[in-house]
Amino acid sequence: MTTGKSLTRLLSVTLAVLASTLVFAAAQAADTIKVGVMHSLSGTMAISETTLKDTILMMIDEQNKKGGVLGKKLEAVVVDPASNWPLFAEKAAELLEKDKVAVVFGCWTSVSRKSVLPVFEKDDGLLFYPVQYEGEESSKNVIYTGAAPNQQAIPAVEYLMKDVGVKRWVLEGTDYVYPRTTNKILQAFLEQKGVKPEDIMVNYTPFGFSDWTSEVAKIKAFGSAGKKTAVVSTINGDANVPFYKELGNQKISAEDIPVVAFSVGEEELSGLDAKPLAGHLAAWNYFMSIDTPANKEWIAKWHAFTKNPKRTFNDPMEAHVIGFQLWVKAVTKAGSTDPEKVIAALPGLEVPNLTGGTAKVLPNHHITKPVYIGEIRDDGQFDVVWKTKEEIPGEAWSRYLPADKDIIADWVQVKCGNYNTVTKVCSGQNYK
Amino acid sequence: MPQLLQQLPDASYADKQTLIKQLAATHDPRVRVVLNALLEGNLYARSSDHQVFITRADGDNLALTDPLTAAPAGTASSDGLTRIGVNNQLRKTLRVALAQFDLSSPDAGVRREAVREMLRAVDAQTVEVLRGRLHEEQDKGVRADIRDGLALADLDSGDADTRLAAVKTLAGSLNLDVYNRLSSMVEQASDGSYGESDPRVRAAAQSSIRAINRWRIFYSGIQTLLFGLSQGSVLVLAAIGLAITFGVMGVINMAHGELMMLGAYTTYVVQLLMPQHIGASILVAIPAAFLVSGLAGIAIERTIVRHLYGRPLETLLATFGLSLVLQQAVRDIFSANNRPVQSPEWISGQLQINQALSITYNRLYIIVFTFVLFLVLLQVLKRTRLGLEVRAVAQNRAMAKAMGIRTEWVDALTFGLGSGIAGIAGVALSQLTNVGPNLGQSYIVDSFMVVVFGGVGNLWGTELGGNALGIVNKLLEPYSGAVLAKIFVLVFLILFIQRRPRGLFPQKGRAADG
Amino acid sequence: MDAMTIGPRNRLIAALRADRGGQWFLAVLLATGVLAPLLNLAVPPSSALHLSSYTVTLIGKYMTYAMLAIAVDLIWGYCGILSLGHGAFFALGGYAIGMYLMREIGTRGVYGDPVLPDFMVFLNWKQLPWFWYGFNHFAFAALMVVVVPGLLALVFGFLAFRSRVSGVYLSIITQALTYALMLAFFRNDMGFGGNNGFTDFKDILGFNLQAPGTRMALFLVTVLALGGSYLLCRCIVASRAGRVIAAIRDAESRARFLGYRVESYKLWVFVFSAVLAGIAGALYVPQIGIINPSEFSPANSIEIVIWVAIGGRGTLYGAVVGALLVNYAKTYFTAALPSMWLYALGALFVLVPLFLPRGVVGAVTQLRSRMIGAGATS
Repeated sequence: MTTGKSLTRLLSVTLAVLASTLVFAAAQAADTIKVGVMHSLSGTMAISETTLKDTILMMIDEQNKKGGVLGKKLEAVVVDPASNWPLFAEKAAELLEKDKVAVVFGCWTSVSRKSVLPVFEKDDGLLFYPVQYEGEESSKNVIYTGAAPNQQAIPAVEYLMKDVGVKRWVLEGTDYVYPRTTNKILQAFLEQKGVKPEDIMVNYTPFGFSDWTSEVAKIKAFGSAGKKTAVVSTINGDANVPFYKELGNQKISAEDIPVVAFSVGEEELSGLDAKPLAGHLAAWNYFMSIDTPANKEWIAKWHAFTKNPKRTFNDPMEAHVIGFQLWVKAVTKAGSTDPEKVIAALPGLEVPNLTGGTAKVLPNHHITKPVYIGEIRDDGQFDVVWKTKEEIPGEAWSRYLPADKDIIADWVQVKCGNYNTVTKVCSGQNYK
Repeated sequence: MPQLLQQLPDASYADKQTLIKQLAATHDPRVRVVLNALLEGNLYARSSDHQVFITRADGDNLALTDPLTAAPAGTASSDGLTRIGVNNQLRKTLRVALAQFDLSSPDAGVRREAVREMLRAVDAQTVEVLRGRLHEEQDKGVRADIRDGLALADLDSGDADTRLAAVKTLAGSLNLDVYNRLSSMVEQASDGSYGESDPRVRAAAQSSIRAINRWRIFYSGIQTLLFGLSQGSVLVLAAIGLAITFGVMGVINMAHGELMMLGAYTTYVVQLLMPQHIGASILVAIPAAFLVSGLAGIAIERTIVRHLYGRPLETLLATFGLSLVLQQAVRDIFSANNRPVQSPEWISGQLQINQALSITYNRLYIIVFTFVLFLVLLQVLKRTRLGLEVRAVAQNRAMAKAMGIRTEWVDALTFGLGSGIAGIAGVALSQLTNVGPNLGQSYIVDSFMVVVFGGVGNLWGTELGGNALGIVNKLLEPYSGAVLAKIFVLVFLILFIQRRPRGLFPQKGRAADG
Repeated sequence: MDAMTIGPRNRLIAALRADRGGQWFLAVLLATGVLAPLLNLAVPPSSALHLSSYTVTLIGKYMTYAMLAIAVDLIWGYCGILSLGHGAFFALGGYAIGMYLMREIGTRGVYGDPVLPDFMVFLNWKQLPWFWYGFNHFAFAALMVVVVPGLLALVFGFLAFRSRVSGVYLSIITQALTYALMLAFFRNDMGFGGNNGFTDFKDILGFNLQAPGTRMALFLVTVLALGGSYLLCRCIVASRAGRVIAAIRDAESRARFLGYRVESYKLWVFVFSAVLAGIAGALYVPQIGIINPSEFSPANSIEIVIWVAIGGRGTLYGAVVGALLVNYAKTYFTAALPSMWLYALGALFVLVPLFLPRGVVGAVTQLRSRMIGAGATS
């Protein structure tokens, strides 16, 4: 074979590739509005996220029955980011740039949100994020329909302090950013309330931790100092079952050392034997067992949609229901699905939540939410033992952290998610 | 009592608290049944007339019992009834109240439990009751418990001599409450004062603490060892099936974790089939899981692994693909969510050896169960015909074939055996952790480590290696935290393999080179 | 042809001439390198011919994976060392460049600290840990991309090969290595951002990372790196040392008895491969915009091996084909069959070893030679 021959081949291949690119480029016209659904359907997070995908599919179905939005039908574009954080970024780009979706409902973990954030900001997309999270963030392109720390953690601790008389605190969490931030805020809060540092124990364990023998023994020892002790748990997902099992087996009952959890809801409880957990607490903005007409109606719709009368409904799903309704309302108000116009229309909008209150979009892109404390029943549902009098507005930046005191997020007036009211500087933003 | 009962449905939680105490004070034996029903959430009030009933599920309806006469009062649908709710504080009050009834139980164990229950919330009334009980009590253990509890209460007495006597009584106690209480007595506050004002009492407390400490250190050492053994047993359990498929046959089966997952799901299905017999369900699940995973294993061997003998790395790839498929299949059949597997009564709870040393039953059973499983497997390989043929094929396939052994048959059965054992491991794991699609993945890396550490092809190596790793891990954990402990173990393992490239118990002879 | 009589240069040219798959690969690569910038930057977005930035990033990502696959093929296909921990070197390279990108953010972070990255401010750290020194210079970070994976491979390989750990044992301890690193990087206290890793990069060498020009530059660098590493690996396998390496793979003891220092050959190939993986990781991170500890997960490393196996090991270009094929399948299936894609991918992994033992490339070669054979006889 000669060099000449090789060169010819090089050229011809080059041409062939060029030609094939031509063929592949196909534009598609459609008169539907595309709605992106980006929740992990496989991998470790599928446990939590799969139902959120179904929730959005149900909402789209409902909306289409009512004639869609702006006279057009909605079309779901479902992708599976497979609990793989770089894949989240890739899929976000695919939804926004290739499929040109009007809005995306998605993400669960903080890292997945952080991973897609630059993509949404660059491509000017709109993301509805339905999960309770650590705060310290407010993006122009994200609406946070889950709870900020002041809408979940702080009220729960206040309840334990005032109504249960807890004096000693174990802050037990999985080692990642949500527990770390929540515990940091809680520590600052507790210390402001006069709790001594030696009455607070902070401990972190890895994801999926399963051998809780020593850790629970440590909690037991800490809790037998004669003061009422409670565990504030930000333990994530899979580690919860072995944790509660170990508590039960080591005879730590909810009456002695109650555990209040921020990541254990109806969906998680349906996956385990709830009997050993009975009496422990959880703080959420929604419980399936709350008896309101709206809640009953949506649960009935959910059961009809999934054709399974036993499927549970939980807090992040309510957040998606609220988020979806807000989006529809904003699109109708803006008369367009262009994310920029929709984002401008969102602040100030209100929709009823499922527990009898209203969810209002705030200028900081968070929403107002009521806070409930529930005791776990042995059937995996919750008895509400306490609730806030009114909805609490979500705070992106915690007032209890010294570094955050002066920071506000406001997309209506100052148009900044990280604005220092003292130095008048807007920082951490990718855009003008 | 009827008047008190009548008030219960409409009372606030605070009112209920008082009501329960008043009810308990009647010492009416009927009260015990009522309080117990309240505690278990079986006490309902009829909406129409606020009449209180004890209920029991009867199909979709509730069977009612009149609490005053203990006579059946028909059935009713749950719509017309409201449950009388309790919260954590009420539960505690209820338990203490119930304990007072149990104090006169003929069973010493029940009495002891009752005394402990009462000591959780000591007030003047309980002290009174316990003091009365101390004179009648015959059982030594119960007496000791009461004495400790009373002494603990006496520590708050205004009289220094009473306190001194109490400290002396408590000298041998390993109770954590005692330790904490004594420590607070000798602790110096910021203003220089001590929790205990009398120096004699303080000195006595000081020496009691020293004595207690010695014992606590000793017992916590044993405890760590037990924790380590239990973690090691989980490792062995996860690895022992692999010790056969990988160790004996040399097949790198990445779907091993998923075979365990199948076993765990089998437990779930068995419990669905026999919801009334949760206690026995585990015993049924063990052979069932062995069969399910074993058959799955044989199917895998016949369809995939068989074609890839002699190409171990290709087997790795194919079985890895298979593990993805199995995970997704389970997700589609049982949903992505975890499935609830219940723990039978006899597995819950803990064995309290003394007040400083206890081990939960599920861990204890795992340790015993793993060891038994290991011994059985050892015997199967050593004494049965199948075992002989397995070893023969592993050592020299061609020769075994020449001797008339149906090697293909042996391969399938061996793989099935290893897989079946993985299934049994899954049953045990279902009692410890989540039953979900990811169950297998969390153990696969660890189980390969254990087999390699112990020495491929050696069951003893797996058993000892797994337990050694578990104990090392638990010894490190208090100093370094759980994650660093695990990292240290892994680094240790890597270095160990450098020193002994063929594991703890290397195979000898020509078979080792194959 | 007598290989001993021609010089090394000629031998390389001869090797390249004989490498028809490689020619195809280089031609396609060249075409991509020329066409992608044209279609992306010069053609207006409205045109049907326009190549979106999304696609450019995607191809860029595939190419870094292809580089990684070449690195694995070099040690597995040619030297017989099956590393189930190569993802670790890839991730380390990525972390090294990620540290530079974090330092580049400067005061534009959420908390506006000029020195400390956001996650350190958040963990209340007061000063930069020592191992972060120097990463504000690109040159230093670039050096570390090579040094860190290389050094780790050197130490690890030195210990392992010296004590003649081989086969499955070696595979399992490489797995232990990446697993231990994953656990370590997951810890927030390590100073590498814990589970979140590094994200939200702003720019590289002063150029905005989100700008199309920067993305294209990164893309072209990746094209060059991929082409370069292919040629380099081809040189190595075609060289005298390459043949010793192959001899070690086929009969290690025999090579040793012939007087070759098996350990050093193995060690240097291993280190070289780790360095390649590190460079691939360093190119991956700025294009994808995130690096976190899940890159260390043992399953990731197994997947890399699968790419090579599916493409066809011991050919280099086969590794590239495998990486592209599997990753394109993943991209396609996760969008087209979001709830079924694991079946498709899993089935692919099961069927290829069963029916295409020499991978896709091997099957194509076989098919061609059969057709040529058939043509000759008819």
